Amino acid sequence: MTDRRVTLLFASITGLTVIILVVIIGYVMVNGLPGLTLPFLLESPREMGRTGGVFPAIVGTVLLTGIALIIAAPVGILTAVYLTEYTRDTWLPKIVRFGTESLAGIPSIIFGLFGFLFFVIYLDLGWSVLSGALTLSAMILPTIVRTSEEAIRAVPDAYREVSLALGSTRWQTVTSVVLPSAKPGIMTGVMLAIGRAIGETAAVIFTAGSSLRLPRTLLDSTRTLPVHFYILAREGISLENAYSTAAVLILLILAINIAAYTIMDRLAKKES
Amino acid sequence: MNEVGNISINVQGGGSSAGARAALSGVAEVGMLSRDLHGDEKTLIPTIIAYDAIALIVHPSNPCDNLDIVEIKSIFAEEITSWSEVGGKARKIHVVAREEGSGTRSAFDEIIMGITEVTPGAIVQDSNGAVREIVAGDPSAIGYLSLGLVDKRVKAIAVQSVLPSIDTVANNTYKLVRPMILATREGPGREVMDFISFCLGEWAQAILAREGLVPVTSVAPGGPPEPGHRDPEPAHGNPGLEHGSLKPGHDGLEPGPDN
Amino acid sequence: MRRGETLVQWSLAIVALSAIAVLALIIIFIFKEGSPIIARLGMVQFITGTKWSPTRGMFGILPMIVGSVWVTLGALLIGVPIGLATAIFLAEMAPSGTSQILKSAIQLLAGIPSVVFGFIGLVILVPLIRQWLGGPGFSVLAAGIVLGIMILPTIVSVCYDVLKAVPQAYREGMLALGATRWQTIKMVVLPAARPGIIAAVILGMGRAVGETMAVIMVAGNATRIPVSPLEPVRTLTSNIALEMGYAVGEHREALFATGIVLFIIIALLNTLARLVARVEKV
Repeated sequence: MTDRRVTLLFASITGLTVIILVVIIGYVMVNGLPGLTLPFLLESPREMGRTGGVFPAIVGTVLLTGIALIIAAPVGILTAVYLTEYTRDTWLPKIVRFGTESLAGIPSIIFGLFGFLFFVIYLDLGWSVLSGALTLSAMILPTIVRTSEEAIRAVPDAYREVSLALGSTRWQTVTSVVLPSAKPGIMTGVMLAIGRAIGETAAVIFTAGSSLRLPRTLLDSTRTLPVHFYILAREGISLENAYSTAAVLILLILAINIAAYTIMDRLAKKES
Repeated sequence: MNEVGNISINVQGGGSSAGARAALSGVAEVGMLSRDLHGDEKTLIPTIIAYDAIALIVHPSNPCDNLDIVEIKSIFAEEITSWSEVGGKARKIHVVAREEGSGTRSAFDEIIMGITEVTPGAIVQDSNGAVREIVAGDPSAIGYLSLGLVDKRVKAIAVQSVLPSIDTVANNTYKLVRPMILATREGPGREVMDFISFCLGEWAQAILAREGLVPVTSVAPGGPPEPGHRDPEPAHGNPGLEHGSLKPGHDGLEPGPDN
Repeated sequence: MRRGETLVQWSLAIVALSAIAVLALIIIFIFKEGSPIIARLGMVQFITGTKWSPTRGMFGILPMIVGSVWVTLGALLIGVPIGLATAIFLAEMAPSGTSQILKSAIQLLAGIPSVVFGFIGLVILVPLIRQWLGGPGFSVLAAGIVLGIMILPTIVSVCYDVLKAVPQAYREGMLALGATRWQTIKMVVLPAARPGIIAAVILGMGRAVGETMAVIMVAGNATRIPVSPLEPVRTLTSNIALEMGYAVGEHREALFATGIVLFIIIALLNTLARLVARVEKV
């Protein structure tokens, strides 16, 4: 084949990829945006979601993701600090790395089963905000560790050397020099983790349940946006509300991802 | 939690067997079942509060509007594979069933299938709504669901020439019917008695009717309809319309959709 | 000072162990719940049995294992060629401005939740298949296409990075010898990037095997081994999610046992990926 033809072929395939993805988003938006009104966002669903809004599901999503992050972010970042700043090549970091990598490959349904057995039943937290958040935190932990590790490794050694030469301890160096420099990279990882947590269905439906009520305590069952969408769409309760829920979900995730990549881009530009 | 007078009631999820077990072991005062009591559960006292009809549904464009029980059984066993064999067009039948463990599935298996198995080639969905969506979109499909969830996008067909309705359940002519039972231990406390009489009262029965169930008070005297219990296997049903109640975390007292 | 540092080091080590602790808890709890039935039936019986009828006491998950394999192969057949071609175009052919924009767009789309992919499959793809190709529409084909599209962004991003990592000198050498750009890509760039591309494929495979909700929506979930891509199929993941709601006793154990089999398959895939990564380094 000639270069021209090959390029044309590959360009068309790329076009196809982009078109498929744009069509999916477009389809959801065209059908979902008309119903996406302020009352839809701020009202409670009525008749199982046939009418009314998605307010409790938004609250559920924010609570679950927020709490998952409060748990996973410190643990993940400190794990990354340990792996990059505090270890030589011993067995311990090898085990930690093996654990993180394995965790990253586990399907969300397995996290769901585990969360159900461990948090819901064994710790007797029931189908609740807390069970769901704890399960999600386990699920997003590897993402945070991996991206934080990369960000911390990218901090030039010279920074550390200067700080250590000035008499700082290793920990002081980490908190005052390394982490501040790595912050944008870490933030990107955290945002990607949020994106993943917000869109998760399988792990959440088995641990947080699917109650439509506004949760009053962390031990109340709740329903996140993707779970609400899944139930509305699959059981044919209301296609209009399903599309609008999906539109909220996609806009939320796109906004977070755009923010994440913007930070990353700015970082890349600063480096070059 | 729902306040009825001064009693607060906590509803837990699970299937019929879980409901009976909880009542037997004393974990709960009342166990809810969507099937009759089996084996050692018979030491419990059953109170039937309503009946649920299971409707056979097809696409509205499907000319077939009546099947007898043998035909239904043959269709779900994949012995009859074309609609032309039962008065429809020459189209392959797409069988849609519920997942194993669901109350609707076990009631259907008990009443219609007996010891015959539903074909493993059947499409399986885990909610009444999902079954309805498939049948509403596929002119060749047949499925079943609780009568209360039938809407105009699908067509309920007659079984043995009887269409499912509150009346045909009440006068014992429609065959696919299962009881909704509250099971209690001997010597229930006053609150339990109050709750049961509340469920049998006018207000609660009206709510059940609105949910698409057939109130027990409207069923003709001379006993409940007798579904054929040909299958000795214990069934794992679930209390109430499973739609609103028993998927993980669904709140037991919220009404199901479509009702 | 020195003592403080040791304390910090050990505290960090303990925090860092939480990942492995979670992994251990997952293994313990799922195996504890699912292994009794495997022990009773025998692993071979469980994974080679062709009949799944829990209320009749029959627990064979071969149809679901085959189902997962078919659906995943379908996803790879669609996702890998399209994804790789897209990555080659973006990394090797497109002007850098265009390539940057398209790449970010594709990357952003990786965030679309899988339920949305499943839903689009349900409302667009399934009716199309039913109408034009026959069968109920809920099929191996529908699930394969949905998953193939779902793994596209992952395949594109990873392959793109791998291609970009091939040293520029390789290309220049070939071009200097008078090779065309396509010959250069075919004969130098792709072979050099091969281990990375394989890793990308394995990554996509892991995602496809593990996906649950999108598959339940479009696969039809029949428990028979499909003989044509137009027949409905059930995967390991959908078996679990579909029946977990009401399962009690042995039935429930069997669903957790299905989880164990899924876990083992994923662990094998991860090991494979690690081996490939090691080969790459050599």
